[in-house]
Amino acid sequence: PWLRYCKADNMMHCIYSDEEFDELCFEFGLELDEITSEKEIISREQGDTKASGASDVILYKIDVPANRYDLLCLEGLVRGLQVFKNKLEVPRYKRVSPLSGEPQKLIITKETEAVRPHAVAAVLRNITFTQERYDSFIELQEKLHQNICRKRSLVAIGTHDLDTISGPFTYTAKRPGDISFKPLNQTKEYTATQLMSLYKTDSHLRHYLHIIEDKPLYPVIYDSNGVVLSMPPIINGDHSKISLKTKNVFIECTATDQTKAKTVLDMMVTMFSEYCAQPFTVEEAEVVYPDGKTCIYPELAYRKEKLSGKFINQKVGINESTEKIAHLLTRMCLLSQATGAGDEIEVEIPPTRSDIIHACDIMEDAAIAYGFNNITRTTPRTYTVANQFPLNKLTELLRQDLAAAGFTEALNFALCSQEDIAEKLGKKISEMRAVHISNPKTAEFQVARTTLLPGLLKTIAANRKMPLPLKLFEISDVVLKDETKDVGARNSRRFCAVYYNKSPGFEVIHGLLDRTMQLLEVKPARGEGYHIQTADDSTFFPGRCADIFVRGKNVGRLGVLHPDVINRFELTMPCSALEMDIEPFL
Amino acid sequence: MADTGVLETLLQRVEKVDDGVDSLAVATSLGVDHQVIVGAVKSLQALGDVISAELRSSKHWELTEEGTEIAEQGSHESRVFSCIPQEGLAQSELMKLPFGKIGFSKAMSSKWIRVDKAHEGGPRIFRTVESIDDQVREKLLLVQKGHSTQLEEKEKNELKKRKLLSEVTVKSYWITKGNSFSTTITKQETELTPEMIASGNWKEKKFKPYNFEAMGVAPDCGHLHPLMKVRTQFRQIFLEMGFTEMPTNNFIESSFWNFDSLFQPQQHPARDQHDTFFLSDPAHAHEFPQDYLERVKKVHSEGGYGSQGYKYDWKIEEAQKNILRTHTTAVSARMLYKLAQQKFTPVKYFSIDRVFRNETLDATHLAEFHQIEGVVADYGLTLGDLMGVLHQFFTKLGLKKWVEVGNSGVFRPEMLLPMGLPEDVSVIAWGLSLERPTMIKYGINNIRELVGHKVNLQMVYDSPICRNPPTHF
Repeated sequence: PWLRYCKADNMMHCIYSDEEFDELCFEFGLELDEITSEKEIISREQGDTKASGASDVILYKIDVPANRYDLLCLEGLVRGLQVFKNKLEVPRYKRVSPLSGEPQKLIITKETEAVRPHAVAAVLRNITFTQERYDSFIELQEKLHQNICRKRSLVAIGTHDLDTISGPFTYTAKRPGDISFKPLNQTKEYTATQLMSLYKTDSHLRHYLHIIEDKPLYPVIYDSNGVVLSMPPIINGDHSKISLKTKNVFIECTATDQTKAKTVLDMMVTMFSEYCAQPFTVEEAEVVYPDGKTCIYPELAYRKEKLSGKFINQKVGINESTEKIAHLLTRMCLLSQATGAGDEIEVEIPPTRSDIIHACDIMEDAAIAYGFNNITRTTPRTYTVANQFPLNKLTELLRQDLAAAGFTEALNFALCSQEDIAEKLGKKISEMRAVHISNPKTAEFQVARTTLLPGLLKTIAANRKMPLPLKLFEISDVVLKDETKDVGARNSRRFCAVYYNKSPGFEVIHGLLDRTMQLLEVKPARGEGYHIQTADDSTFFPGRCADIFVRGKNVGRLGVLHPDVINRFELTMPCSALEMDIEPFL
Repeated sequence: MADTGVLETLLQRVEKVDDGVDSLAVATSLGVDHQVIVGAVKSLQALGDVISAELRSSKHWELTEEGTEIAEQGSHESRVFSCIPQEGLAQSELMKLPFGKIGFSKAMSSKWIRVDKAHEGGPRIFRTVESIDDQVREKLLLVQKGHSTQLEEKEKNELKKRKLLSEVTVKSYWITKGNSFSTTITKQETELTPEMIASGNWKEKKFKPYNFEAMGVAPDCGHLHPLMKVRTQFRQIFLEMGFTEMPTNNFIESSFWNFDSLFQPQQHPARDQHDTFFLSDPAHAHEFPQDYLERVKKVHSEGGYGSQGYKYDWKIEEAQKNILRTHTTAVSARMLYKLAQQKFTPVKYFSIDRVFRNETLDATHLAEFHQIEGVVADYGLTLGDLMGVLHQFFTKLGLKKWVEVGNSGVFRPEMLLPMGLPEDVSVIAWGLSLERPTMIKYGINNIRELVGHKVNLQMVYDSPICRNPPTHF
């Protein structure tokens, strides 16, 4: 994700040089990808002319681990870095009751059950926005929507100017035709049905329509006067939209996943309560469930974990005192102290760190704070004897000798079109034991190959300008359906070779078979040896095809390709080919 | 070999002088093209030290195309003069001739002709002198015959200005006698023959020297694919480090082994249709180790083993979905589960095999690539051990900036403990793609030139062996 940092913004206590900032990010376990500006990006992607007039505010492109939602906005990152540099104490996020009167209420009706059953809410009271803070607030919502909210399918966030609406609020679901309101940044009212067709062409919103499109009832939130706050997860109402002047923000999160909704709400309020009159306090809201039960949000739950200094030392591979480890963890916003009972450490996990779900996550933070580069590299004392996978060992040995026999190794894709393995070879797809892919983006990925031959023929077609003869081979896996396997399919290791020249060269391919059998110590003989015997196969020229029998078992086929097959692969010369299973030789 | 007659004539010329001859002068005096003499010099040099020839360059005057035309047909003004009959010629007629315009003004300034503007029927040209002296042509003829020295510098420069002459640099040889100079040429043998060996007459023969500047004949052979050559080296490195190869010959995998067993939540973006290839046939896997599956379900939905879990509704239907494996770690999971079913012994595993991603394709991304993976499972492994083993691996590879090409880490307890591995066993692992280091090694920018049927076979034919540590990773 991208972080915007403006030098005019006074949020950083001290200004770092680019090198110092890079170093700081590394120490904090992050990677500073690039230092750039909007102007530079546009000029790089669309040319200098388009870039004129674009902002040259410095942008830091920082690689943030996918589950560190607390680092998705500048507020969180700066806070984390300041605590890390001992310039700020770990803030304590508090849920408070409103100074006067009842908390805001959000009543969930049972109609939401079938479409989007969960909702949580909170209030940011007496907040002061500036342009930068406001932009960051909007950007964090968008990043959370893309990330933990899984493109709004799991959670959708709505933020409203509380002074324009009045509670209690009702979260319900209605028929699309019965929902009507003026959506954000529009000038007139639309019904939900009209909105869905309006947004069909909206480059941003059209990606979210599918979430509710085919549901009979659409989720909607009203205030006590019937004003629509939002129609999650698509759009907010225009009436309650926030602006730079907004003082009190009502935040609601509707969801299909209750845990994630709570996390998202915690994240929004912990990041921006910094700008409230009482920093780091969040005004609670009450959610009333269809069964009458009530819950107070945001949860802002602090969890305590106990672990030993020995555990950290052993897992990281260091030897530090219990107090030092507690200090390292505190610098990572995990307030920790030695309890005094042996080497026990009590660690407090704040609501901003939903990514910490196990002691091993705490261990990782300790390692980051200690500095990966300060950990001594050691060699595991694990004594083991190496073994090759027998099938791969055989493959490696055969490849060497096949190249020595004058054939060149090709490397083709395991995925291909149905046509490649069926029609082009004069076969029917229904007769192949192919596994089929349900979501290919193009025809090239419809099936897993059941034969290596099409790949080699396509390689020749792409190299028709090369001097003749072309002699190619490949030893690789094909995939076949097999009901005896847990997944219903298995790989089969094949050896395939082709000879492409002005004459078919059956004798060349036949000679390669003889050589291969010699390498595999199989003698030419019926019964215990190998022999070939005439076969009928639509891929091959009639009368020019034979089955390969090894110790009485059919292991493959060789022959001169049918002219129709040659044509379908856009080739012009005669071609002979061999394909056989090599697993029987293990 | 140049004509023996020319060779011998040249040798005779060289014999007659003490200080040597110039190849250009010989060509002129023999009336042959200079290239014939140059060929003879080269042939004689190939015979050994018969002559010695020193390359010289000298400046010569040569006629331009226009100059040659004038030398043959006369200057433009003389041609104008000669085409005017006694009774004169209409000016309009004269101007129609190709040399008319230039020739007219030159002939006028030489006062060879006059114009009667008042002549009835338009202006008419008449001769003013009986005969003329075409000096331009004569000077050019001198240069053409190689006697440019008879002209003065000023005259030559004037002709150069008129673009009739040009000064060219001519390379010629200064030929003198060599140490084994002789005026007769012995025929040289090209190759040693069985007959010469049998009769022994090779002793009397002279052999034509080989041209060591030329390339040899390419051997007739097959070639291994460069990606597979690099693969062989990675296999070798793992084997040298005591790692055992995992059986990765199963491209089709269930979501259970590919994701769930690795503690990857079911809503994870990697499990999206946009990132993973799902199967329509066979769409689902059946048969899972039931106890283990229950433990996986529990750790995802409720936690356990010291974990909070992800707290969501884990569905068997998601786990059953068959896919093309997105990483070989699915096989590592199967191997570690198998390991946990026996009395634990430390292991080191590796694999290099194909994995599949339903991604947007570009110059460096294909829908399938080879993943290299290393796994160590033992009691009490540390992050220091992980960094140490990575260092050893990448040092063997000769790759210093290893952080950028791969991923590494410690497997989570939520993955290992449900399998039944002892609590104090740690598993460290790392992975990278095979294609990326191969593209770096062989200097390939577009992955399609390396993998798949669009490969350029000439590249395969020409690719060098892969050593470790390689010379230009």
